[in-house]
Amino acid sequence: MEKSYAEINAKIKTGKAVVLTADDFVSLAEEKGLAAAARQVDVVTTGTFAPMCSSGAFLNLGHPAPRMKMQKVWLNGVPAYSGIAAVDVYIGATEVPEDDPLNSNYPGEFRYGGGHVIEDLVARRPVRLKATSYGTDCYPRRELETTITIDDINEAFLFNPRNAYQNYNCAVNLGSRTIYTYMGMLKPNLGNAHYSTSGQLSPLLKDPHFRTVGIGTRIFLGGGVGYVAWHGTQHFPSIQKSPDGKTLGPAGGTLAVIGDLKQMSPRWLKGISFVGYGASFAVGIGIPIPILDEEIALYAAASDRELYAPVVDYSEAYPSRTPGNMGYVSYAELKSGRIKVNGKEVPAAPLSSYPKAREIAGILKQWIEQGRFLLTEPVQLLPSPADGISGKALKG
Amino acid sequence: MAPKKIVLRFGPDISDKPIIYRLVKDYDLVVNILKANVNPQKEGTMVLEITGDQVDGGMNYLRDQGVQVQALTQEIVRDEERCIMCGGCTAICPTGALYLERPSMEVRFDGDNCVVCQLCLKICPVRAMEVKL
Repeated sequence: MEKSYAEINAKIKTGKAVVLTADDFVSLAEEKGLAAAARQVDVVTTGTFAPMCSSGAFLNLGHPAPRMKMQKVWLNGVPAYSGIAAVDVYIGATEVPEDDPLNSNYPGEFRYGGGHVIEDLVARRPVRLKATSYGTDCYPRRELETTITIDDINEAFLFNPRNAYQNYNCAVNLGSRTIYTYMGMLKPNLGNAHYSTSGQLSPLLKDPHFRTVGIGTRIFLGGGVGYVAWHGTQHFPSIQKSPDGKTLGPAGGTLAVIGDLKQMSPRWLKGISFVGYGASFAVGIGIPIPILDEEIALYAAASDRELYAPVVDYSEAYPSRTPGNMGYVSYAELKSGRIKVNGKEVPAAPLSSYPKAREIAGILKQWIEQGRFLLTEPVQLLPSPADGISGKALKG
Repeated sequence: MAPKKIVLRFGPDISDKPIIYRLVKDYDLVVNILKANVNPQKEGTMVLEITGDQVDGGMNYLRDQGVQVQALTQEIVRDEERCIMCGGCTAICPTGALYLERPSMEVRFDGDNCVVCQLCLKICPVRAMEVKL
């Protein structure tokens, strides 16, 4: 059984494609067997809605009269990077206002940051723009304060250099004091465990060898349509193995994604705050997986019982960059709300919204069924576990 | 009889009066103070769990003294629009008032179990939890 992108798209156009969310595909494969499920289904839709710090938007603000270089730019008091051409800026999700107290009154609140600015823009709320510059012969203006909305400016596109983590640590705290991390508040002495993927619904957990997700893959991004632009930063795909050689699912891949912010929705892009850590951004992403052959179907049918997260201590091991982990737990165990770590029962909670991930997979399924969303064959595939890329440690 | 949870608000003018003492002594109520923030000449709040036959009489006494009395469930609210149902609050909430319903993994908030510790206000990434005043 093999299908091509063209064959699947022809079925989508005539409304005959069979599309299932990853949740439903897992159930179908368990019920009918993999071969039958692979034959029957053309596309499996995945979804994730979780904090993705490495996100931001490029904006072209347009020129005032007289023209201005805009050397420094603030949006609602949050600095935007402007070291590119005049009136182009990049507003990063984790940037915070210069007068934010940060962690000086520990743990800091980080109530507003770049992610909130992007949410305000996409919600079509007015945003205060302040810019300063040195004057030049072509760009004489030195100061500007005005209010903009997303519709007033030329371009606004999301460009997130590291999103959709294939898998992520299950974070715990072995120390004796509460700690505040990008994995949330972790109570001392294994008081709780936080994880952050949507398990069997999560896009890259369903394509461990990057056989279908590549450059140019059309995706659901922030409620609109986006594309995979490149592999993400820190893209180190691998297949996890237990000490006795059992396969524990993939880890390490990431995506750089791009899309027009003007057609996205504040429902699927939310500014967020991690107490004691910083400001960030929750992004909704959904990726269609074409069931081109049975091997792709096998990976797409992986259930929460077959996908695992490494347990990592954030009190000592993580900050000190000590390699290794404290073992693996399956997403089925994590979703039950109780895991065992060092013989102790620990309450587990997600930071990634499973209901919203399911909703995204459902919306994408609907788009495809309605013929509104065709699949794209990647222009180039991304590095896979076979490429053996691993992270470099910085000397210093 | 199930204990009733209430929130009391004292104006600065009455915060130095022995109101809880009279509540216990005159109305024979079992009082468990879950939370108290009462200072002389300042507005104060208190969260109580009370049990007894004369709860209604006790409440009338409190109101006569100028204390605002509210059922506890009115105190912490969730902005349902804002909540993204991530679940990050569910292993932090000390009473299980915020919990995940399985298998849907939707976040539920049961105000009856909330003791207004306000931890969720601090840790909710989208700030969906609010104190209703």
